Amino acid sequence: MNMEPKSFQLFPESASNFAPSVDGLYLYMVLISAFFSLLVAFLIIFFAVKYRNRPGAGVPKPINDHSIGGMILEITWSVIPLGLSLVMFAWGASIMFKESRPPKDSLNIYVTGKRWMWKIQHLEGAREINELHVPVNRDVRLTMTSEDVIHDFYVPAFRTKADVLPGRFTTEWFRPTRIGAYHIFCAEYCGTKHSGMIGTVYVLSAEDYDKWLAQGSGEGSMAEEGESLFRQLGCANCHIKDGHGRAPNLYGAFGMKVDLADGSSVRFDESYTRESILYPQAKIVAGYDRIMPTFKGLISDEGMLKLIEYIKSLGDPNGVISERNLPLESPDLQKTGPMMPPASEMPKAPAAAGKAAPAAGTATGNQATGRQQ
Amino acid sequence: MITAAPPSVQVAKSYLNAETGIKSWLLTKDHKRIAVMYLIVVTAFFALGGVFAGLIRLELATPAGDLMESNQYNKVFTMHGVLMVFFFLIPSIPATLGNFLIPMMIGAKDLAFPRINLLSWYIYMLGGAFTLYVLLTGGVDTGWTFYTPFSSSYSNGYVVAAGLGIFINGFSAILTGLNFIVTIHRMRAPGLTWFRLPLFVWAHYATSAIMILGTPVIAVTLFLLVLERGLHIGFFDPAYGGDPVLFQHLFWFYSHPAVYIMILPSMGVISEVISTFSSKKPYGYTFIAFSSIAIAVFGFLVWGHHLFVAGQSIYAGLVFSVLSYIVAIPSAIKVFNWAATMYKGRVRMETPMLYAIGFIGLFTVGGLTGIVLASLGMDVHLTDTYFVIAHFHYVMVGGALLGYLSGLHFWWPKMFGRMYSDVWSKVSAVLVFAGFNLTFFPQFLLGYMGMPRRYHVYPPEFQVFNVLSSAGASVLGLGLLLPAIYLTWSLKHGAIASANPWGATGLEWQTSSPPIPENFEVTPVVTTEAYDYSTVQEVVHVG
Repeated sequence: MNMEPKSFQLFPESASNFAPSVDGLYLYMVLISAFFSLLVAFLIIFFAVKYRNRPGAGVPKPINDHSIGGMILEITWSVIPLGLSLVMFAWGASIMFKESRPPKDSLNIYVTGKRWMWKIQHLEGAREINELHVPVNRDVRLTMTSEDVIHDFYVPAFRTKADVLPGRFTTEWFRPTRIGAYHIFCAEYCGTKHSGMIGTVYVLSAEDYDKWLAQGSGEGSMAEEGESLFRQLGCANCHIKDGHGRAPNLYGAFGMKVDLADGSSVRFDESYTRESILYPQAKIVAGYDRIMPTFKGLISDEGMLKLIEYIKSLGDPNGVISERNLPLESPDLQKTGPMMPPASEMPKAPAAAGKAAPAAGTATGNQATGRQQ
Repeated sequence: MITAAPPSVQVAKSYLNAETGIKSWLLTKDHKRIAVMYLIVVTAFFALGGVFAGLIRLELATPAGDLMESNQYNKVFTMHGVLMVFFFLIPSIPATLGNFLIPMMIGAKDLAFPRINLLSWYIYMLGGAFTLYVLLTGGVDTGWTFYTPFSSSYSNGYVVAAGLGIFINGFSAILTGLNFIVTIHRMRAPGLTWFRLPLFVWAHYATSAIMILGTPVIAVTLFLLVLERGLHIGFFDPAYGGDPVLFQHLFWFYSHPAVYIMILPSMGVISEVISTFSSKKPYGYTFIAFSSIAIAVFGFLVWGHHLFVAGQSIYAGLVFSVLSYIVAIPSAIKVFNWAATMYKGRVRMETPMLYAIGFIGLFTVGGLTGIVLASLGMDVHLTDTYFVIAHFHYVMVGGALLGYLSGLHFWWPKMFGRMYSDVWSKVSAVLVFAGFNLTFFPQFLLGYMGMPRRYHVYPPEFQVFNVLSSAGASVLGLGLLLPAIYLTWSLKHGAIASANPWGATGLEWQTSSPPIPENFEVTPVVTTEAYDYSTVQEVVHVG
């Protein structure tokens, strides 16, 4: 594994499944741009020389640009660039569609941004700071959140980045294709040591990765730790296994559609889980009472990730999938999780419920208004 | 190139000598004097912003942070951005050349609201004073984009004062835009129909519309930011129940159209200069005129292309991406029409023309790299890197600044009645073009390699291009220093300029240089189409 700092570079290394397609698109755009730049430069220089002012030259005759020929010329130099650039649009859009849909069996890793470091947590329990170890040729999905300001997880060698936002989860995925060590940069300005918020991705062979995982942290897996947290906090008292508790069933529920009391629905994802733990009144599941207390201030950010991982790991012991838990085909929701509602405006009484709608556009609109009791 | 001026011109009454004393300037209602006052202050802000740019390039010459602390560096690039965007680029052409020329080009005595025009200068000064206060008391470190929740909850800088400075300054732009629109509608000389207007006026009409419609949005946004920072009312910070991305939507809803506030007036200048120095009516006059309007309209619909990686839905991204391609087309139309204007013309390589040709070259590169960034998959890799920095400097410096310099050199004889050094001004145009490319072209390569913007220290493999860039900046700085010297020198020592030294059409060239306070002895009556060079007297020298 080459770890030596390079002294000079002309082009970034290509180390992920996305890199070749992004580079291909770049080449196309550079060629088009070079062609038009040179064309314009040639025309200007050629006209400047050929039609330079000569002694005795009279006033040039104006050209009738309202003729049919003039019209054709204007349309030509509008439509050809438009056509070429729509190719860029479609090509770029197809790449981004791929980037926004992590494969189902991706290796899931949690990333937390904090001024000015990256905290990484593996499902098996290993934790690292400003380093990310991943196996080569496996789809890796990062689920990311920030503890403070907006950051951005950028790996130039993978040609991909995504903003890391406080209060919600965003995802980014890639399949590393070359063993090596690559820069991680924070690409969204985040204050004093923004340029120090850097790290290294180590792409390891499958065996090296297993070896690396084995030396682990000595702690249990995230799901195991999440389970003990789940018991400590008393979640299991209401969210019981058979689905007939005072609170909704959590078994087999992750990733499903959840019907809410106001008639709308939401996808049971990381952001929804987090929101429901910190602001349980924001979205009430249809058929249940508004009884869950908030756990804000009681759970650390790492603890939250462990709880989420535990809930994800819950299978479906009795085949209890209620009819409302239908899979929802909308993977891009994972890219843009719902917003948390304003903490200060949580409905304390039904009269205030109308104000509880989250600040920004989610599919669910006015969640809390439906339930007046 | 200078026609022999009658001796009487030297003592002729003009707006410059009609009244004397500092009070006659500070209380003037003459649009020409207000333009000169803007010119002085705008130049001072540009110089200050340029000093910060120099500090940035000096720091980045080495990978380590050896000149400044990180906090200082962050304040330096923030002040560079704030000063250049809000206090130089946005007012530069409209407030100086636009203010001076729009009434003259349409044959009017002044703008529709001369007092409001003076008021907007004072508002600009007040906003500028706030910003200078921020500078002297310790600075602000949010970047000119003021992204939340960093700016609202975490920054230690003087965010509120800086925000108020920009907030106040916005009213100056709104009033100027309002003044221009009313003036262009109501005060055109007899016979001056819409399609006889110079393209400079069309461009300013479109710019004014953006100023009026867009500026209130940034004012509201900054006001909300101040409320959140000062009173902890939650709009943007999730800790108070806000949405951090909402700020970006609001900010770019103004700040993307603001790019067109900067570039459209330059395009207007270039249309005039290319036409004059080719002695040809601009090819596709109506296409150029309407492309300005199209840019103003579509410019409001593309803000989301700044948010492709900010957690915005990919479907919103698709719409903003395709609209960004559509807004690029009117700019392409202009470039091709300018080139076609030179075809079979009588092309003279005077200084304004050199700057204009430099504009076309740099703006073409800036525009083309803009469509590279508009592509979703490409933007994921390139956004927030030096590629973006290079792109918008090609548009804003290569485009807006060169357009401003071209216009300043073109109308300088009209404004002050003096010619400047032919040789030095051409040297300056070449130095600026070469220095600019050396500064910013390497940044495209840096960006593709992945160097993020706003990095105080950077990995060593990026150094070679950073050194090239810093070297280019010193050439660029020299090229920009020259006009300050020879233009100032020309005020006293330059050759006397005739009324129409370039052989241009347009009403402003039919009155004396510098003009009398009322602009015209009698209100002109327009009987010919725009850019009719057959009416221009033979004043053009051969060279």
